[in-house]
Amino acid sequence: MKRPKNLKLFQSQIIKESIIASFVKLDPRLMLKNPVMFTVEIGTVIMLVVSFISLSPDSGQGSFIYNVAITLLLLFTVLFANFAEAIAEARGKAQAASLRKTRHETEAKLLLSDGSIKTVSSSQLKKDDIFIVEAGDTIPIDGEIIEGIASIDESAITGESAPVIREAGTDHSGVIGGTKVLSDKIKVQVTTRPGETFLDKMIELVEGASRQKTPNEIALTILLAGFTIIFLLVTVTLKPFSDYANTAVTIAALISLFVCLIPTTIGGLLSAIGIAGMDRALRANVIAKSGKAVENAGDNDTVLLDKTGTITIGNRKATHLYPFNGFGKQEFVKYCLLSSLADPTPEGKSIVELAAHLEPQIVQKTAKDGKFIKFTAETRMSGIDLPDGTQVRKGAWDAIKKWTGANGANQAEKEIEGKIAEIASNGGTPLVVSINKKIAGVVQLEDIIKPGIQERFARLRKMGVKTVMVTGDNPLTAKYIANQAGVDDFIAEAKPEDKMNYILKEQKEGKLVAMMGDGTNDAPALAQADVGVAMNSGTQAAKEASNMVDLDNDPTKLLEVIEIGKQLLITRGNVTTFSIINDVAKYFAIVPALFATSIPGLNALNIMSLASPESAILSAVIFNALIIPALIPLALKGVKYKPIGATALLTRNLLIYGLGGLIIPFIGIKLIDLVVSLFV
Amino acid sequence: MNTELFGVVAILFLTFILAWPLGKYISKVFKGEKVWSDFLSPLENWVLRICSIDPNESMDWKRNMKAMLRLNLIFFLWSILILMIQKYIPIWNPANIGNMEATLAYNTATSFTSNTNLQHYSGETGLSYFSQLLVICFLQFVSAGTGIATLALLFKGLVQKQAADLGNFYHLFLKSCTRILLPLSIVVAIIFLLNGMPTTFAGLQEVQTLEGDTVQVATGPVAPVIAIKQLGTNGGGFFGPNCAHPFENANYLTNISANISILLIPVALVFAFGFYLNRKKLAWIFFGVMTIVFLTFVSSAATFESSGNPEIAKLGISQPPGSMEGKEVRFGAAASALWGVSTTSTSNGSVNSMHDSQTPFSGGIFLLDMMINAVYGGVGVGFINFFMFVVIAVFIGGLMIGRTPEFLGKKIEAREVKIASLVILLHPFLILVGTAIAAFTAAIEPAIGWLNNPSYHGFSEMLYEFTSASANNGSGFEGLADNTPFWNIACGTVMLLGRYLPIIGPIALAGSLAAKKSVPFSSGSLKVDSLAFGVVLLGVLVVIAALSFFPALTLGPIAEFFSM
Repeated sequence: MKRPKNLKLFQSQIIKESIIASFVKLDPRLMLKNPVMFTVEIGTVIMLVVSFISLSPDSGQGSFIYNVAITLLLLFTVLFANFAEAIAEARGKAQAASLRKTRHETEAKLLLSDGSIKTVSSSQLKKDDIFIVEAGDTIPIDGEIIEGIASIDESAITGESAPVIREAGTDHSGVIGGTKVLSDKIKVQVTTRPGETFLDKMIELVEGASRQKTPNEIALTILLAGFTIIFLLVTVTLKPFSDYANTAVTIAALISLFVCLIPTTIGGLLSAIGIAGMDRALRANVIAKSGKAVENAGDNDTVLLDKTGTITIGNRKATHLYPFNGFGKQEFVKYCLLSSLADPTPEGKSIVELAAHLEPQIVQKTAKDGKFIKFTAETRMSGIDLPDGTQVRKGAWDAIKKWTGANGANQAEKEIEGKIAEIASNGGTPLVVSINKKIAGVVQLEDIIKPGIQERFARLRKMGVKTVMVTGDNPLTAKYIANQAGVDDFIAEAKPEDKMNYILKEQKEGKLVAMMGDGTNDAPALAQADVGVAMNSGTQAAKEASNMVDLDNDPTKLLEVIEIGKQLLITRGNVTTFSIINDVAKYFAIVPALFATSIPGLNALNIMSLASPESAILSAVIFNALIIPALIPLALKGVKYKPIGATALLTRNLLIYGLGGLIIPFIGIKLIDLVVSLFV
Repeated sequence: MNTELFGVVAILFLTFILAWPLGKYISKVFKGEKVWSDFLSPLENWVLRICSIDPNESMDWKRNMKAMLRLNLIFFLWSILILMIQKYIPIWNPANIGNMEATLAYNTATSFTSNTNLQHYSGETGLSYFSQLLVICFLQFVSAGTGIATLALLFKGLVQKQAADLGNFYHLFLKSCTRILLPLSIVVAIIFLLNGMPTTFAGLQEVQTLEGDTVQVATGPVAPVIAIKQLGTNGGGFFGPNCAHPFENANYLTNISANISILLIPVALVFAFGFYLNRKKLAWIFFGVMTIVFLTFVSSAATFESSGNPEIAKLGISQPPGSMEGKEVRFGAAASALWGVSTTSTSNGSVNSMHDSQTPFSGGIFLLDMMINAVYGGVGVGFINFFMFVVIAVFIGGLMIGRTPEFLGKKIEAREVKIASLVILLHPFLILVGTAIAAFTAAIEPAIGWLNNPSYHGFSEMLYEFTSASANNGSGFEGLADNTPFWNIACGTVMLLGRYLPIIGPIALAGSLAAKKSVPFSSGSLKVDSLAFGVVLLGVLVVIAALSFFPALTLGPIAEFFSM
């Protein structure tokens, strides 16, 4: 039941719903939230009245048909804007609903205080209730494992088919409603009330019920309101001006001028752009708790990334085996393999893998008998005692030194120490192997840097984002990996409070900091960070403290979120520029049309040579209305963000949306006029 | 023609050359660094002590704003009082000039307090020498000082980090007068004096003309008043014809000096911004944007004036010197066009030709120049107005590249956008609403007798009057019977609103910026000292002005131009 990641831009069901919603949204109480479009609605009502007045032959307001045409065009302008918002909402809702589908009513085995189990419906569960889930059950609601370990299929939420392990008391103790337990039995405590899960919150945000305007959106709305007032002044004062000039100007012409001048394009698309931003985050499987969080992500200056899982692949891997002390290559590989076969640690497994790669024939021949010696904190070695009495041990150099009684005096030991130093300075971890208390060689363990991560960091650097690697490694190793991966800074031997201190330090310099985390000890730092992304598998505390939750538990998701945030701002900015610069062409269409009859000289301003005053005004209004639906795909998909540096990006967008916004309406209005003039 | 063109280029070249070191000096004065004029500080300290002001006490934006308003209120009350009782003052009134009527006194006092210098009276007959010096000349100093000191507050706001104080307005105001305006005025006054402009307390001079009649010629302490009138972007003439009068502008050399004086401090303040914030490249971008607009205006006005009046050409009369109606032969068409653009750019408002008589295209440019009101602009306030456009440009530019907009590390948020939008909005509001009321009245009552010219030109006259008042420019299109209660009170009120709201708003904005923490620059931040941002800024400036005023200009100069 993998969720389709990409909905088609326009699905017929969504379109149908959105069309109905566009009419519902005509309610003035709803329109009031969007001052620009609200004024257009008022203009429509006035034009409706004027249309009736124009039925009287001596009204001087132009023909009835012309007035009705303008009225309808204005109505469509408002409807198109409503449609843009509605379709953005509908798409968000569809996305959320497909997530919600996974959490229909299921049965829950509620654990009562007397220890008995009662089967109830998932909707009856309350916060802090404890329930039990066994292999094959669907988890009824979000919660935290308080007892047990289980493998869980989370593909319904994340789309990832490999099962994940969730265990009580670890950083991976969170379970999500709608996912399925594959093995074992766990005791889970309900962490949220039904209807208040993250997903529910997100759905509310998308639906607009609790959607709050982000700070940048508020500032932009103020600017747009300013423009609207200026153009209201321009239009209203034009009436006495033209009276003075003995020019009769119709109300239809004045209202058309007003509606064309005010920034209806951005006004109509503004909320659609905002919702689409949230939707894009959701599509990336990130649940944002507010629009502000997405916007902040785009402003990030510094990103804290855990080394393991983000920059490097999981754990360290064995990459080289160096025999010493007269041991042959084959022999050394064999002993390495023997000592690791029963070793469950990732390092052990990687040695087996490497051995199989180097000497495939040995692996088949090697029997799995012998006594496995587990790693203890005391010996700090692991290994195997073979039936023939051979003792194989591997561990850090100082532990092996102690075991073998070596003192680093002889030639072979000196050579080995040289190798060890070389490995360490290259960011690797040396593991020394001894056979029968005789030093046999060195295993080189290395962090494997994720392919493509360097390019991502370079991209971030171009965006002006500083990357910081957080690791428990010693500074030397950390520095090596930091250089390899291309991060700007690192925190070595990191303790949980180091992240917090680093965030505070950066914030003091005025920077916005993002981090990703999962553990409870990450919670304070997640809360302090401007953008905190918790992994869905993380603890409840971490999820509460963050402002976004990543359903995929993908540590590199942060990078995607930053781009989504930038895209959101860029789309708004460029549609604004486009919208305002459009006015130049509209002026050249309408102003000559207003005065051409009484002041013939002004026909020189009719540079598009539009057919007649009526067709000029109609064409401008039609263009103004049509540009809104034409830009809906752009609003929903977002303007593409290119990390080419701020100035280059500005130049590029100025050319596309500035210059384009200047030229396109001239062409568009002229083309529309060619059609309209056939009828007028 | 070529000499005329050379004159224009020389004036501009000299202005820019002189403005650079002056900007550096002004920045040092603002910062309180060591300068050659420090010998004046005992005098300044004495003045401050008398007024019991502690110059080192830093104040937040609200206290500074109150200080500015308090001081200006005192200047206003002093002026209106003197104008209404000048007849009774026993000294410096050789021509026995009478008291000023109340609405005219209100108009005159607001006009000069607000650095506008719109004159609904004529100097020769309306003012005693006492009023000329202690009202007009005095206000020309202090109103310019107010503008410069306010700009210093803004500069301080831009460099402060999470602090409330913007400096001490009283101290900055005093230093703007003593360190900047006074020394420059002395130099310019001496140049004027040496070129024969009168400086005397004697009354009307009786002169016998060649024809044998005797005429009464008005003189007075002209040269010093004219110096500060130009330097402080005041523009109020000593005589009715302003700088077209030979006593106010004797020859081509005084014309050059006066034109440079008009532009000098406004241009220098742009450079002062660069020195004060150590952002010279950004200052060049600002200067570049302003200069592109300025040169476009100058070159088109000069072209239209030099090529003559098409109506006269239709009569078959050749006009080798260009359109000379309303111009002085000793300056010529090109220099008059340059002066017209300079005086409307900088909210100066003095004229050396009659703007009413310029060809419609140039008239339209003068109007548009005052409508933008930020191309160099009035001393101090011009840059402040320009800064409001910068805020809007930064906001739009920042969004265009996907970051919360910031200027020099300060985030531009809802509050800043609100203030900048309101300040920018105010200008079209005052102009359009004022003109609409006047046009409405003139349309229903054509016999009201305001307009000497009917039709489009009459409309331009009314539009010009309100534009000039709102921009605190002060030049008149003339041809308008403006000394009536309607025009006196309407323009007086527009001048007050057009002066003080665009100062109060930006001081509040400076306070809000000062309180913000500074965001470090990163490669994702908007680079304001880049050409691309210059383009955004130019676009915002031109588009906002053009979009706000295009219909009004269409019915005035544009209609006249196309109907010629």
